[in-house]
Amino acid sequence: MKSGSNLERILESGQFSVTAEAGPPKGSSPKVIQRKGELLKFCCDALNVTDNQTAIVRMSSLSGCVLLKELGVEPVLQMVVRDRNRLSLQSDILGAAALGIRNVLCLSGDHQKFGNHPTAKGVYDIDSIQFIQMVKTMRDEHKFLNGEEILGDVPFFIGAAANPFADPFEFRVIRLAKKVNAGADFIQTQGIFDMAKFVEWMKMVRDRGLHEKTHILAGVIPVKSVGMARYMRNNVSGLSVPLEIVDRMADAREPKEEGVKICLETIEQLKDVEGVHGVHIMAVAWEDIVPRIVEEAGLMPRPVV
Amino acid sequence: MITLEQKKFQEIEKMTKGYNPLLVLGCETCAAMSFAGGQRQVAELASAIRVARKTTEQKGEVLEDAVARQCEPEFVDLIADKVGGCDAVLSIACGAGVQLLAERFQDKVILPGCNTTFLGVTEELGVWSERCAGCGNCILDKTAGLCPIARCSKQLLNGPCGGSMNGKCEISKEVDCVWQLIIDRLTRLNRLEMLEEIFPVKDWSPAGHGGPRKMVREDLKS
Repeated sequence: MKSGSNLERILESGQFSVTAEAGPPKGSSPKVIQRKGELLKFCCDALNVTDNQTAIVRMSSLSGCVLLKELGVEPVLQMVVRDRNRLSLQSDILGAAALGIRNVLCLSGDHQKFGNHPTAKGVYDIDSIQFIQMVKTMRDEHKFLNGEEILGDVPFFIGAAANPFADPFEFRVIRLAKKVNAGADFIQTQGIFDMAKFVEWMKMVRDRGLHEKTHILAGVIPVKSVGMARYMRNNVSGLSVPLEIVDRMADAREPKEEGVKICLETIEQLKDVEGVHGVHIMAVAWEDIVPRIVEEAGLMPRPVV
Repeated sequence: MITLEQKKFQEIEKMTKGYNPLLVLGCETCAAMSFAGGQRQVAELASAIRVARKTTEQKGEVLEDAVARQCEPEFVDLIADKVGGCDAVLSIACGAGVQLLAERFQDKVILPGCNTTFLGVTEELGVWSERCAGCGNCILDKTAGLCPIARCSKQLLNGPCGGSMNGKCEISKEVDCVWQLIIDRLTRLNRLEMLEEIFPVKDWSPAGHGGPRKMVREDLKS
């Protein structure tokens, strides 16, 4: 075991994992994270704590992880290279290790332009792939980026993101291979609506044998309304929402029910895709629906390994 | 070239208020190429200041001049007498020019009339775009001659990020994703495999993060 995390144990035992998100608040109350933790505790194997998601300032992901851990919920520490240089990234990794965090997701981060401090200076000292490699070296060789020795263990299960829907499509699998070579133990993908494209991408992933070197957790986003579907289709770079999904939401008498139905259908199809080892449910501002989705997707109870 | 754009006139008017005489000083190299600080822009800006002074009933003479390069002492020193007779100099060169004036004319007020924008190229008349970040360690041999330091919004060395769509950057549909361009070019050159290797962490110290930069060529020093 690289980290001994619950997520690693479940994936290494060959079982289908379920992860979701617990986004921290724009404020200092611990209750927001605690409520999400209690809600999702029994239906997920680990919860991602987002890191100033969409470049909007929120409580730090590391603090959110500690709050979850106190409840007995396993966190995945999301970290973006937008806000931290190599010194800060490494010191936060050490701190997270000391606090018992065992999963980390290494990301570039949405550009600061999208957030609530659009005039901020972006850091981008190293990129997400270099970050993955750095954490792997810290874990496996007990070495900092500069080669100096680290005292103590840095046991992390290292995650990365992959977006099969961004361009150029043919290069996406090469970039995934780079992340896997850099040390990504698991991958959480962008939310999947365009199943045909995802299936095509997964075939390319299998052709390179990457599905045997990393655990691919397919991202799903439950859609609450036709407005949300439209917004994601038209405004979110890197998301591919087919018109059919928008039409289904528009025609539905009960859009929320339709959203759940679409999500469940997606999960059902994902289970059959060779190389997909789990789902990652990103229910932005709709966490309450996650337990029902996991239940109705036939993924309860969660395994104890 | 170094590209520049003139500051808004109100800002210039406010910062030059009360100086008599004021010398508007252009630069015939990059500033002229940017249509921001050449001889012609000197004349236009000086007359605009005169008109503004006249309409607001302010006194004050406005003089004009330009030098070949405000970034070289030998050219700057040529106008020492003229500067000596003025209250202040409004330099419409890049930041380097403004600072060399401040250095050569220690007792004069030196004001910037331009914003220095970037190192770039002229795409067409009136359109310039950034090409070089002056990072001090060129990697263009590894990126098909297209620079991700200057042209990727996240300065990724292992791009493109998940926000690249239809050849455009996530920050704007007006901005090309340079990684798409790099991939297209390497595909044409049949060299795409170059990108399979992980690009190592960059040394940013020659990029200015090692403190202010200086270059010394012993062979040229007298």
